[in-house]
Amino acid sequence: MRLYAAVAVSGFRRYATYRMATAAGVFTNTVFGFILAYTFTALWAERPRLGGYDQAQALTFVWVSQALLATAALLGGGFETELQERIRTGDIAIDLYRPADLQLWWLSADLGRAAFQLLGRGVVPLAAGALCFQLDLPAAPLRWLSFLLAVFMGLLVSFALRYLVALCAFWLLDGSGVNVISMLLGVFCSGMLLPLTLFPGVFGEIVRMLPWASVLQVPLDVLLGRHTGWSLAGALAFQAGWAVALLGLGRLTQARATTKVVVQGG
Amino acid sequence: MVERWASGLRGYGLIVAMWIRATMVYRTSFIINTLGNFLVTGLDFVALLLMFSHIHALGGFGLPEIALLYGATCSSFGLADLLLGNADRIGQRVRDGSFDILLLRPVPVLAQAAADRFAPRRLGRIVQGLLVLGWGISRVDVNWTIGKALFTVVMVISGAAIFSAVFIAGAAFQFWAAEASEVSNSFTYGGCTLLQYPPTVFARELVRGVTFVVPLAFVNWLPALRLLGREDPLGLPGWVSCCGPLVAVAALTAAGLIWRAGLRSYRSTGS
Repeated sequence: MRLYAAVAVSGFRRYATYRMATAAGVFTNTVFGFILAYTFTALWAERPRLGGYDQAQALTFVWVSQALLATAALLGGGFETELQERIRTGDIAIDLYRPADLQLWWLSADLGRAAFQLLGRGVVPLAAGALCFQLDLPAAPLRWLSFLLAVFMGLLVSFALRYLVALCAFWLLDGSGVNVISMLLGVFCSGMLLPLTLFPGVFGEIVRMLPWASVLQVPLDVLLGRHTGWSLAGALAFQAGWAVALLGLGRLTQARATTKVVVQGG
Repeated sequence: MVERWASGLRGYGLIVAMWIRATMVYRTSFIINTLGNFLVTGLDFVALLLMFSHIHALGGFGLPEIALLYGATCSSFGLADLLLGNADRIGQRVRDGSFDILLLRPVPVLAQAAADRFAPRRLGRIVQGLLVLGWGISRVDVNWTIGKALFTVVMVISGAAIFSAVFIAGAAFQFWAAEASEVSNSFTYGGCTLLQYPPTVFARELVRGVTFVVPLAFVNWLPALRLLGREDPLGLPGWVSCCGPLVAVAALTAAGLIWRAGLRSYRSTGS
């Protein structure tokens, strides 16, 4: 356990090193936040209460999703390209040699990264949004706690999905194609593009049941107070269910993949 | 002067041809990546379609009109992204020291930086943009004449030139701040996203900013408003919307000067 904590801390520190890049990322998230906030304002001016949100809630959705964009690594930028590169070059053999579990190792590193990006890239854009627009941020500390819990569960799901994507490199060697598909699904099915409650009909029902919903849509609905009491427990259970299923699938895939590894001498 | 330009273009062409050959070795990967690029960049239009399943007009503009704006900016941006989108890798090269290699080769550095890892998959965005533009053109309520068709072509090309200027300026900025490549994303990708929506959606100060400071409004807003016969929210005189090509030349010149200044200030990491 101490080992994985140390890996997580080094993941945090690794990303904290690049202050300039963090500042640049914050700037970009803020710019996109402004652009989307204006378009959402226009959209909600046409149709107030669209998707069950009022305008302040819709704007909160925009700014919080910008704040979580880097943390949830929906556009990539997490560990997956690095792991794919290690698989391609064969460095993975060294990782398998270590007295640590491969999945837990990368999970700890990714949680460390996410913790830094939640603080480093989340707080400032959200503060900028709250200063310039009328947001609906809750005052109750308990709501924020349950939001953080939902974000954490979302991170587990996000990691599990990206771990599966990364492991594809054992069979494909070149991961760029799967990465594009993963990004496509991540942006579209998480609520990053538009809140999932705006998706029409049966299609919307299906998208809201997919694992990506637990990465962004569920934490946001928790923050906006759409899940309380038993509904909150249900939302967290939904996330936990996907996390367990996908992490388990990751373990199975990892077991299959590692039997394939042939270490060439030299 | 002419000779330098010719040798720069020749060098650019050679490097681009090399990367195209390299890409075509993995043909399946190229096809998947191009398709992926087409789909990923098309998501923004899917978002618009989803929005329009709930509304009839956004900021006073109907879907065909927004499709025209969207198609124009995506085509322009796609062209600029294809031609020199990898210039923003400069920061990485400065950091790892491989930028010095570019200085040693007998080809202008800008041409090398622009052609570096030339990615034919980016055709996906251009095709996507042109399809939406075509759909928008066929659906908007405009009496199309040859003049207006030409005006549209000029709009897309000068838009691409303006985006190119932004790409070059963004790349040059990294000579001073090698890690800050993401700042230029705000103006390139952010600009493209901004221009997909009508100017009436945004605050007037923002529209002023992208008209007079970073002249993105000339990519599609001002010319498309003229095509659609609409008032522009800033109330500028009518001839301004025809200034796209002039603005593009001015922006490219300014970006070239910034690039030069950046290149002069470059100090090798020495590793």
